[in-house]
Amino acid sequence: MSPSMSITRALREAGFAGLVAAGLAFPILTLGTEMDQSNRLVLEQRWSWMAIAAGLVFVGRFLVLAFARKPARAAPHTGARVLSPALAAALPRAGVIALFLFPMVMLFWLGPQGSLKWINNYGVQILIYVMLGWGLNIVVGLAGLLDLGYVAFYAVGAYTYALLSTHFGLSFWICLPLAGLMAASWGAMLGFPVLRLRGDYLAIVTLAFGEIVSAVLTNWSDFSNGKAGIMSIPRITFFGLPFNANENGFAATFGLEFQAIHRTIFLFYLILALALITHVVTLRLRALPVGRAWEALREDEIACRSLGINTVNTKLTAFALGAMFAGFAGSFFAVRQGFVNPDSFTFMESATILAIVVLGGMGSQLGVALAAVVMVGGTEVLRELTFLKQIFGSSFDPSLYRMLLFGLAMVVMMIWRPRGLISSRAPSVFLAQKKSVSGTHVQEGHG
Amino acid sequence: MENFLQQLINGVTLGAIYGLIAIGYTMVFGIIGMVNFAHGDVFMLSAFIALIIYLAMTQILGVTALGLVFLIVLVCAMALTALWNWAIERVAYRPLRGSFRLAPLISAIGMSIFLANFVQVVQGPRNKPVPPIFTDVIHVTSGGAFDVTLSYKQILIVGVTGVLLLAFWYLVQKTALGRAQRACEQDRTMAALLGVDVDRTISLTFIIGAALAAVAGTLYMMYYGVVNFSDGFTPGVKAFTAAVLGGIGSLPGAVIGGLLIGLIETFWSAYFSSDYKDVAAFSILVITLIFMPSGLLGRPEVEKV
Repeated sequence: MSPSMSITRALREAGFAGLVAAGLAFPILTLGTEMDQSNRLVLEQRWSWMAIAAGLVFVGRFLVLAFARKPARAAPHTGARVLSPALAAALPRAGVIALFLFPMVMLFWLGPQGSLKWINNYGVQILIYVMLGWGLNIVVGLAGLLDLGYVAFYAVGAYTYALLSTHFGLSFWICLPLAGLMAASWGAMLGFPVLRLRGDYLAIVTLAFGEIVSAVLTNWSDFSNGKAGIMSIPRITFFGLPFNANENGFAATFGLEFQAIHRTIFLFYLILALALITHVVTLRLRALPVGRAWEALREDEIACRSLGINTVNTKLTAFALGAMFAGFAGSFFAVRQGFVNPDSFTFMESATILAIVVLGGMGSQLGVALAAVVMVGGTEVLRELTFLKQIFGSSFDPSLYRMLLFGLAMVVMMIWRPRGLISSRAPSVFLAQKKSVSGTHVQEGHG
Repeated sequence: MENFLQQLINGVTLGAIYGLIAIGYTMVFGIIGMVNFAHGDVFMLSAFIALIIYLAMTQILGVTALGLVFLIVLVCAMALTALWNWAIERVAYRPLRGSFRLAPLISAIGMSIFLANFVQVVQGPRNKPVPPIFTDVIHVTSGGAFDVTLSYKQILIVGVTGVLLLAFWYLVQKTALGRAQRACEQDRTMAALLGVDVDRTISLTFIIGAALAAVAGTLYMMYYGVVNFSDGFTPGVKAFTAAVLGGIGSLPGAVIGGLLIGLIETFWSAYFSSDYKDVAAFSILVITLIFMPSGLLGRPEVEKV
């Protein structure tokens, strides 16, 4: 590691950075636009913000330059590990066991009223994002196709259940596989023409598809009831037994006292099962030829084509499978919320899922799960912290800062650890021992 | 007929704004082969900067000469937005040269999310209505079903765009900077070997792109009379569509693409349905990329191993 630079030079460069920050802050931070009583825009002057921004940048830049070791040039293909291999191996199993026990522990600890929030806001909410992250991980992490319209398939799944159940009275258990199939066929249909495009074009086209789907859902009122969305979607049943206080309800059948928490706990186990199915399918597929083809495709498309891999079909399977899991998650979302409208399926939602995959380390299942816990759970925790409200005023809303931090984190990750925090990109095939090849067979002398 | 003429005027005005943004996309793509996803949000930021400077000039400093105010707002917005884009390139894109294929794009997406939410946090989520300026209109025809009007704003937009495009064309075609830029576009390594400072040229590309986006932002703010933190996304994608339609990497293509998208969007809203005008623009993007990836004036892409 090279030594840190001299203090005077660091001071000079940090001063420059501080000046730039002051320049950037000038109108947008220092002059706030506010409405006065007569709905006229007036300016509010807050010059101290500029000083704070410039000061922070100066100090931060100085500390980095003077004391941080110079980062080694990021080598894109070597995995940087944060966790030790033993911990990384033990964590998933412990995590799954903890998740199975989570609702029970919460129930005994906080009672049916107190635990509802924890199981619903933390458990179910995070697991939905874990599942979406794992689904998108097949497309982005394994096959290397940047999909910016993933939420479109989530929407397809949600509306499939919402429409089929409200119009035809089909139950959730029939609609769940249908929603997956529907989303997968949409994935294949949209994917087929565009998968010949190179990386960033593909990203933009998927973005456009996502926007088209959301615009159609918003405007085609006869089909999707427009912006208002679809209300009173049938709730989840315990394989046919409704969660209500009736004679034939879940509680009465099993001789339990009726409580609203039963449904939430069932939803928790349902999404846990769905997420684990996504995970297991992904793991198994990675060991199949198609999974290996995905990873090969991610690393070098031209080499793949030269070796006779049908790249369009390979990409299409990844795209359709990723879409299918989004479809499952979508129908789960619909049955959990009880209503759907286009606001849940905006580009920001796609961006959130993508941020989870990117921060978790594209391709790493554990990383994606941890990223979902940190990012989705983190926002919920921030909402709980009342002392933040005392510091920043009562109008402080941490969810405002969530996307701000997501965006920054994406940039920082790309620079600092492009392969994610826990990049466990162990090759799925490798040679057990190094083999020497006779010099006559290779040009450079040995292989 | 009146309707057609009126829509033509509106479409060209809108197209001029898209064209200015599209140049930023196409230049950056030409020189480093990256879709600068944050460009739409840089445009939105510039509209906010222009709005704040305008309010500061009229309310705090009390300047009343509108022409002078407009000129100062334009110049300040161009300079400050250029500084932002320069800093963004330095922080978020330059360290990623030589990283893996999707890294710059993901970084740009992160920057785009950051910029939109930064503006939301520091300026508030509500729409910002702009006090109307240059409200006079010229009646082009009268006595028909309705009067076809051409507002001073529209003349100003098309005029400013035209003048700036000429200046920009001169910069790219006739100056040393333009030559260096075109050289980097063709072969970055070779240009570096021949003494072109590649990093500086790329920085200047971002600065020029941002300055043009700031012109678009100022005009947009003035023309529509309202700005919002989420205004970067849709115009950004539409301007990108314009760049792709014109042939990404081609500067005249970006302007032509911008005009086409502006006209298509306006006529679509006028004759079909304004609900689906965004769908129309996005569909054009998809169709162009699938069937005509090199656009109207672009060079076909050659794949090298």
